[in-house]
Amino acid sequence: MRIEVRNVTKRFGSLKAVDNVSFTIEEGKLIGLLGPSGGGKSTLLRMLAGLETPDEGDIILDGKRVNDVPPQKRGIGFVFQNYALFRHMTVFDNIAFGLEVKKAKKNEIRERVNELLKLVGLEAIGNRYPHQLSGGQRQRVAFARALAPRPSLLLLDEPFAAIDAKVRKELRTWLKEMIEQIGITSIFVTHDQDEAVEVADEMLIFSNGRLEQQGSPLEIYRHPRTPFVASFIGESRVLQHPERLIGFEEAVSQGGKSAIIRPEFVEVGLQRELSYPLSAQRGIVRQSFFRGAHLELEVDVEGNRLIAYRSLDREPLEPGAEVLVFIHRLYVLDGSSAVLVENPLKTDPMPVHI
Amino acid sequence: MAGAIHAHLSDAASDRPAHATESRGVRIALITVALLFLALIILLPLISVIVEALSQGWRVYVESITEKDALSALRLTLITAAIAVPLNTVFGIAAAWAIAKFKFRGKNVLITLIDLPFAVSPVISGLIFVLLFGAQGLLGPWLAAHDIKVIFALPGIVLATIFVTFPFVARELIPLMQTQGVQEEEAAATLGAKGWQIFWRVTLPNIKWGLLYGIILCNARAMGEFGAVSVVSGHIRGQTNTLPLHVEILYNEYQFTASFAVASLLVLLALVTLVVKAIVEWKSEQRSAGSEGGTG
Repeated sequence: MRIEVRNVTKRFGSLKAVDNVSFTIEEGKLIGLLGPSGGGKSTLLRMLAGLETPDEGDIILDGKRVNDVPPQKRGIGFVFQNYALFRHMTVFDNIAFGLEVKKAKKNEIRERVNELLKLVGLEAIGNRYPHQLSGGQRQRVAFARALAPRPSLLLLDEPFAAIDAKVRKELRTWLKEMIEQIGITSIFVTHDQDEAVEVADEMLIFSNGRLEQQGSPLEIYRHPRTPFVASFIGESRVLQHPERLIGFEEAVSQGGKSAIIRPEFVEVGLQRELSYPLSAQRGIVRQSFFRGAHLELEVDVEGNRLIAYRSLDREPLEPGAEVLVFIHRLYVLDGSSAVLVENPLKTDPMPVHI
Repeated sequence: MAGAIHAHLSDAASDRPAHATESRGVRIALITVALLFLALIILLPLISVIVEALSQGWRVYVESITEKDALSALRLTLITAAIAVPLNTVFGIAAAWAIAKFKFRGKNVLITLIDLPFAVSPVISGLIFVLLFGAQGLLGPWLAAHDIKVIFALPGIVLATIFVTFPFVARELIPLMQTQGVQEEEAAATLGAKGWQIFWRVTLPNIKWGLLYGIILCNARAMGEFGAVSVVSGHIRGQTNTLPLHVEILYNEYQFTASFAVASLLVLLALVTLVVKAIVEWKSEQRSAGSEGGTG
């Protein structure tokens, strides 16, 4: 299904949950709506499903305006955050529900439900009740139930939020494979960027009801277009005194500009370890955290608190240690735009030979 | 909830950790006090009803309850309940639905109004209808002109009974529907179910046991109501006497055995109600065991 959203606004009282949002989604894509809680993602998803009505703007599915079409007639499957399985029905009856209310033939229903049970790997527990299932199993049932009436669009509201961290990773992969196998256009809502980056073909970033940016995860990661996206994606930090960083004195010298940095932009180490030791500046390690696969260092450079990663193979740096810091690049924010600025000293036309 | 006690006879109650449990002496004292009190206040009177009813032998007992006026009182009681309970069931579902699932102005007023019959003395409840429909009442002259009898007739008794018993079903369903929320219904809608399909296939099965429980309580009260009915009935023997009123009349006429015999019928009704209630509770606990947002 091709989805077009045109200038849609939804208010709850004086709060604009969705604020003049427009975008287009092509058929067959797996889309992630990403943003902090309360950003309007779920409301948008519910409007697509017909569970809420937009106050302004149009929702167009396959070229048809559907603002006034009830959810029953939109041909959309919806997986709810807490799955909303029918608690008094068995797994089989839950999946069969969408077919039964359409008065499908008994044997057709049985066939379709068994096919779906097999698809989601739950053949053995078709006669159990929802409360007898684990979180992951419930999600699979909700997924199968939504797919049963053969919708042309699948919407998933925080599909992994109610599942514990370990199972979540498995389910992400499972869901992505499942959706690719079926080839259905799907949109899911999440506040977890790892989830969106891993699962989605394309992401839409929302903040305060506004669409900040649409694009592939890589594109958004590399070229955030607004200050919000630059600070929301990755482990970003706002710098207090970016003009004091060597190489960026000019880029941020004009008034009203600020800068955001990510740990992977920062190289920290002893003199012999750095790639550009002569263009580096001094910093002091303030904190050192063990993060499993690496150390996370908090380094003070001229009043800027930077985060940097350090491999466990290297000599550990204790708080108070003096280190050299080289900044490869940072995002310079100017009003409502974000620009990636490389450190000019990396391509210094006058190389220093010793 | 509707003045009813919900017992959760699960293992959780006996699994209290040692540091939170009272000493043996305190436990025994508490249990003894509770049991003694129960025996004195509830069991003893119940037994005395049965004993008094049978004090002159089975023949007198059977005669007392098959006597013409007693049978007519029984019939009236059953008719009243047969009208009041279904009406209150429909009202209860509608009110609970509106309160739990919609946002509207005056919701709190509605909730307060539903509780009103519990707060008002039953005698006042009866008096309201006399003031409305009685000969000197607001609508009295109009009713008289059209030859419609409300007070001192079946309609009045039914109205008073409905008034007194209408909170039961609604009070039972409101918290239940509130905890269940609208998600399952929304899910049903996205799967293509229309309004009535959603109600019959999703909403009703979810509230089934709570609804039944409310109906049982409502029925028990409808059959046993004395105060409100007494005011509107007029105490016409064989015509407008319900069982509770008939018991009082017999007692006032010093026909103690007959009065206790008829009273034993009400006790029997109560016992049947309790048994059905216990079964419903047991069933619904089985259903909700383990499910999230337990519906106990």
